Amino acid sequence: MLTEFGKIFVFILLAAVFVVVAIFASKLIRPARPTKEKLLTYECGENPEGSPWIKFNIRFYVVALIFLIFDVEVVLLFPWALAYKDYGLSGFLVGAIFLLVLGLGMAYEWRKGDLEWARPVINPPVIKKQPYVKEVASQISADDNQTVLQDQEI
Amino acid sequence: MYNLLNNLIGNDYLAAVVAALLPLFVFILPYALMAVLAERKVSAFMQDRLGPNRLGGKYGLLQTVADILKLFQKEDIVASEADKKLFNIAPVLVFTGTYAAFAAIPFSGAYIGSDIDLGLFYIVAISSLVVAGILMGGWASNNKYSLIGAMRSAAQIVSYEIPTALVILAMVMVTGSLNLREISEMQTAYIWNWNIFGGAFSGIEKFLLIPFMLISFVIIYISTLAEVNRVPFDIPEAESELVSGFHTEYSGMKFAMFFLSEYANMFAVSAVVTSLFFGGYQSPFGYLGNTLGISWLVPLEQLFWFAAKGLFFVFVQMWLRWTLPRLRVDQLMTVCWKYLIPYAFVNLIIVGLITLL
Repeated sequence: MLTEFGKIFVFILLAAVFVVVAIFASKLIRPARPTKEKLLTYECGENPEGSPWIKFNIRFYVVALIFLIFDVEVVLLFPWALAYKDYGLSGFLVGAIFLLVLGLGMAYEWRKGDLEWARPVINPPVIKKQPYVKEVASQISADDNQTVLQDQEI
Repeated sequence: MYNLLNNLIGNDYLAAVVAALLPLFVFILPYALMAVLAERKVSAFMQDRLGPNRLGGKYGLLQTVADILKLFQKEDIVASEADKKLFNIAPVLVFTGTYAAFAAIPFSGAYIGSDIDLGLFYIVAISSLVVAGILMGGWASNNKYSLIGAMRSAAQIVSYEIPTALVILAMVMVTGSLNLREISEMQTAYIWNWNIFGGAFSGIEKFLLIPFMLISFVIIYISTLAEVNRVPFDIPEAESELVSGFHTEYSGMKFAMFFLSEYANMFAVSAVVTSLFFGGYQSPFGYLGNTLGISWLVPLEQLFWFAAKGLFFVFVQMWLRWTLPRLRVDQLMTVCWKYLIPYAFVNLIIVGLITLL
């Protein structure tokens, strides 16, 4: 007799098998004619420049760290959420104090600015008002007319 | 269902295999085929276009079948610079993480893959496998777009897991159970027994709970939207800047697997939201099978209601995709850490106090 966790194992196993079978099934049908250009890393048709494995924004690391702390706290809170009703108000207060400490930690991170994402500094170009020059305008329109005429001649 | 299969087949392990394959072949594959088409049709109608209409009559019903056949014949290109082992494992990991979550989701009163008491906890845990797969695929592609997409995706899924988990905690406090089948059973009979309307509580508690249930629902819906990388949270595969994010280098069947797991994931999160707040497989009113006295009709009706509710939320996800613009990375993090998580915390404490009344 399979246990409930055994059934989950069957699920996981079959999902992996399904993907492998699907990929192998397509391997029997599909063509395989690799050329040097086909196997290039895609970079909008250009030859790839340098390695993509570069230094990354430190923010991703900070987010992962904060997540780790919060996720562990949430895991600890799951048994509490199931059992606190049996202990009445005192049971609830235990969890509430725990949440309060967690909230203080979050407030500290917020105050330190660890929740801020580096934002691009926007410096919009200052547009100076220029007087409208009549000669230039007429010059442009004359050019336009000429090109139109040339097009028609052709 | 499991016992029925066991009696039919006679072998314990074979029955488990068949039971595990049922959701995939009976539900997810047809659903994904239709959902891809529906996505294109919904977008087309919202933009006053026709959408696919050449294959299978007026509504292009066979369009996705043709797409799948095309993907089957596509050459599978693995870039020479890529890390081939990790590149090939990634789609397996992503689909496995997605499909394993379906094991604890009750499709009807008669069918649940695995009736474990840890259901919700298991779903939260196993769906983290998807992050590993995405990061693996993005890294192994050795492509700048892929890596940026994968990093963004990991940061986003990981961040939005916390508000989801906090809301699930609040729901655990209300229902006192982690098993989705038990939670669905609690919301039986009529529409006002659904958790969004205060659940099985009565009197003043019920009325106090309703606003907080609504807040919980909004928080979990937004954060699950981010967890499945849907618009407005689709910066991991922002097609206008990153080509298509972490699966830029993938082609053929491997790409199809990423696509399939994306749509399966959309339904999985909708199903969890449905089970938690909208009665799961329960009908909003009575069952026809009970009225007529046909007992086998009830599970089928339950399946219908479950699919209808789940598909409705999938439709809302598509609707939002063509309504809202994409967020920036810093806005995304602000929404999660400065709005959703504090609100979810306060919500958790207040819900806990109300249940103590």
